[in-house]
Amino acid sequence: MGWYLVRRILQMIPVFLGATLLIYFLVFSLPGDATAAICGEKGCTPATEAALREQYNLDQPFWVQYFLYLKGLMTFDLGTNFAGRPISEIIANVFPTTARLAVMALVFEAVFGIIVGLFAGLKKGKLFDSTMLVVSLVVIAVPIFVLGFLMQFLFGVKLEWTNPTVSGDASFTELILPALVLGLVSFAYVLRLTRTAVIENASADYVRTATAKGLSRRRVIGVHVMRNSMIPVATFLGADLGALMGGAIVTEGIFNVNGVGNTLYRAVLNGEAPVVVSIVTVLILIFVLANLLVDLLYAWLDPRIRYA
Amino acid sequence: MRYSRTSKMLGVAAIAALALSACGGGDNSTESQGDTSRVIVVDGSEPQQPLIPTNTNEVGGGKVLDLVFAGLISYDAEGKSQNEMAESIETEDSQNYTIKLKEGKTFTNGDPVTASSFVDAWNYGAAAKNAQLSSYFFESIEGYDEAAAEGSKVEEMSGLKVVDDQTFTVKLRQPESDFPLRLGYSAFFPMPAEALENPEKFGENPVGNGPYKFDGEGAWQHNQEIKLVPNEDYEGPQKAQNAGVTFKMYQNDTTAYQDLISDNLDVLQTIPTSDIQNFKNDLDDRWIESPYAGNQTIAIPYYLKNWDGEAGQLRRQAISMAINRDEITKVIFNSGRTPAKEFTAPVLDGYSDNLPGSENLEFNPEKAKELWEKAEKLEPFDKSEPLTIAYNADKGDHKTWVQAVVNSIKNELGIEISGKPYATFKEVRTIATDGELTGAIRAGWQADYPSLANFLGPIYTTGAGSNDARYTNEKFDQAISDGLAAASVEEGNEAMNKAQEMLLEDLPAIPLWYQVAQGGWSNNVTNVEFGWNGVPLYYAITGK
Repeated sequence: MGWYLVRRILQMIPVFLGATLLIYFLVFSLPGDATAAICGEKGCTPATEAALREQYNLDQPFWVQYFLYLKGLMTFDLGTNFAGRPISEIIANVFPTTARLAVMALVFEAVFGIIVGLFAGLKKGKLFDSTMLVVSLVVIAVPIFVLGFLMQFLFGVKLEWTNPTVSGDASFTELILPALVLGLVSFAYVLRLTRTAVIENASADYVRTATAKGLSRRRVIGVHVMRNSMIPVATFLGADLGALMGGAIVTEGIFNVNGVGNTLYRAVLNGEAPVVVSIVTVLILIFVLANLLVDLLYAWLDPRIRYA
Repeated sequence: MRYSRTSKMLGVAAIAALALSACGGGDNSTESQGDTSRVIVVDGSEPQQPLIPTNTNEVGGGKVLDLVFAGLISYDAEGKSQNEMAESIETEDSQNYTIKLKEGKTFTNGDPVTASSFVDAWNYGAAAKNAQLSSYFFESIEGYDEAAAEGSKVEEMSGLKVVDDQTFTVKLRQPESDFPLRLGYSAFFPMPAEALENPEKFGENPVGNGPYKFDGEGAWQHNQEIKLVPNEDYEGPQKAQNAGVTFKMYQNDTTAYQDLISDNLDVLQTIPTSDIQNFKNDLDDRWIESPYAGNQTIAIPYYLKNWDGEAGQLRRQAISMAINRDEITKVIFNSGRTPAKEFTAPVLDGYSDNLPGSENLEFNPEKAKELWEKAEKLEPFDKSEPLTIAYNADKGDHKTWVQAVVNSIKNELGIEISGKPYATFKEVRTIATDGELTGAIRAGWQADYPSLANFLGPIYTTGAGSNDARYTNEKFDQAISDGLAAASVEEGNEAMNKAQEMLLEDLPAIPLWYQVAQGGWSNNVTNVEFGWNGVPLYYAITGK
């Protein structure tokens, strides 16, 4: 197990280098001069443009820019964005908000997805099951921004249960609505995954054996059915945490959350490669760590994997 | 409207002001009604740079700077200038100016506002080594070339001289009668000495001399809000009528609009396109629609082969006459724009809607076809280069109206034409400044200061920074410099309009419409008025 962990963590180094290089290259090759984004519609003088280019290394070829960025990274200096703000400060500012949002969404989709999925699976073909299948289908089919604006208008503007937008503090109560919207699609997937797994496992031999042994229905479902049904769900949830953090762009836009999604979007538009790369790097780290966690969870859920 | 007999002066002033603004309200009386203890929450966008007057060239930061700083002059709602820091601005030849400051004005850190506060700030803004975005605003001042040349180490412009604490002189490279008009623009604001020592740090928490000041350390929470409180020491025409202004940053207008209709936001400057149809219903009588100094055009570069020479000119006129501006502004913008009659904007002093040649901007399909055929006879249109209109798809909602313009031209002239979206603003700007456009480009201009020259000089003179069409016309250049050199603003305006007649004939860009500010406010505030530049007069807004 120890070696396994070390190997997994060492694997992160090439993933990290490859990903940053790729992203840096992609941002670098976006069309348009980054100084045009700084100077705006009215432009600035050639002298100002030249000075800006020098200041942000925009006059250097790709490799030089990338190595200067890596060099800074080694000394924990992420550089600054075009407004002169340290990137580390920007990240420290926006990540906690998005992390809170993503975790809230994850908890929502995991708890409700699994509970609803379990009941739907146990009552296969009944009214509850069919209703949930239709509901989840609708949620998956309707674009997230439609759901977002709809819920914002209904709960924020019409019913006034909450503010339509999130303030700078991004408190727990303010984030409930955006977290619901963010987690809604994944909720539908978790529901369907759980339901299918439960239906499959409910008719498995070991469940029949357990029932035949005279175990209580509670124990049969709670331990035997659930534990095995959780394997595909855990895989999905693990990968989803990273997706939720990065995929918050639409939701954060609708609810005006000052988070990773919005910052990333602006940085891409402005061609601020160091900002994009730094944020995406953190996202990659979260993704890889979440996957590691899932793999460890597997071993706990299914002992056969432990010895493989 | 009440009419006070006790003070004749006040009555006359009020009537004059009413005639100008053409809308009621008692805000011209010395005391405005309303709750002055309310903090007004308004929409903003994250300033793209630290808030240094010479380095802010976009509206998000500009709105904040205009409240925190006061220049030599300021503009009232109609764009007329009024003295702020200046006691007097005098000249005899429109080239040498003597500027005297009012006594006893201070920055909010206690430093006095002196002649050096201006001279040092302007020199800082112009010097190439400081790479300030608004550097070009100082180009009329003598010595700018030396200071602003690429790689230059010169830090001072020879045209600026401090005479004493309250006086300085400005020498321009050539006579420019509208120079005093510019001095209310943010690039010309004074800065205290500490600003120039560490501009980046200063820009996070600027110290100014205007009607408002930052609400202490951390008043600017990036991408969230900027909190301003009234500057108690400020005495002037823009004295705060509320307990502060908080700029709440929005990622998009649609979100801000949701906040407005649920009273979480007090003032919204721009109604999002998607809500244009409904906002008058949603907001009852809490909305405004007023023209401001901005326009929208389509520039067609002269370096494209179909669009040069005599045939090119005929085609430009044909295109212009094939665009049904009335219908597009009505249908697409729900009357949120007004059809253009010339190249500037109707709120400006000197504007005229019937210049010779303005008939070229009227919808006239028969004449358009006629002109197009005439051009075909001179020189057949090279069909391998059909006309496109480039626009940026990332912000500003240009797609809809570009499509409408394209359809209008296609229907009337039967030629091949299409919109050409670019993913980002920077991409299309880069191509335009490099002179590598393959077709027309949507362009627009928002005034920096209320003057006709600001709409003509920077865009259409030979080699000008925003001359996307690469228009060159010696006579036009001459007319502009004559206008600038004129002894008075009136004479200057006349010359500017003479220059416009040439533009109306040549059409380096095709004017489409003038911008109209469409905004709204919440149930909690009153006394909302929009200025000449489409920005609300924040200082005058009070609670209900």
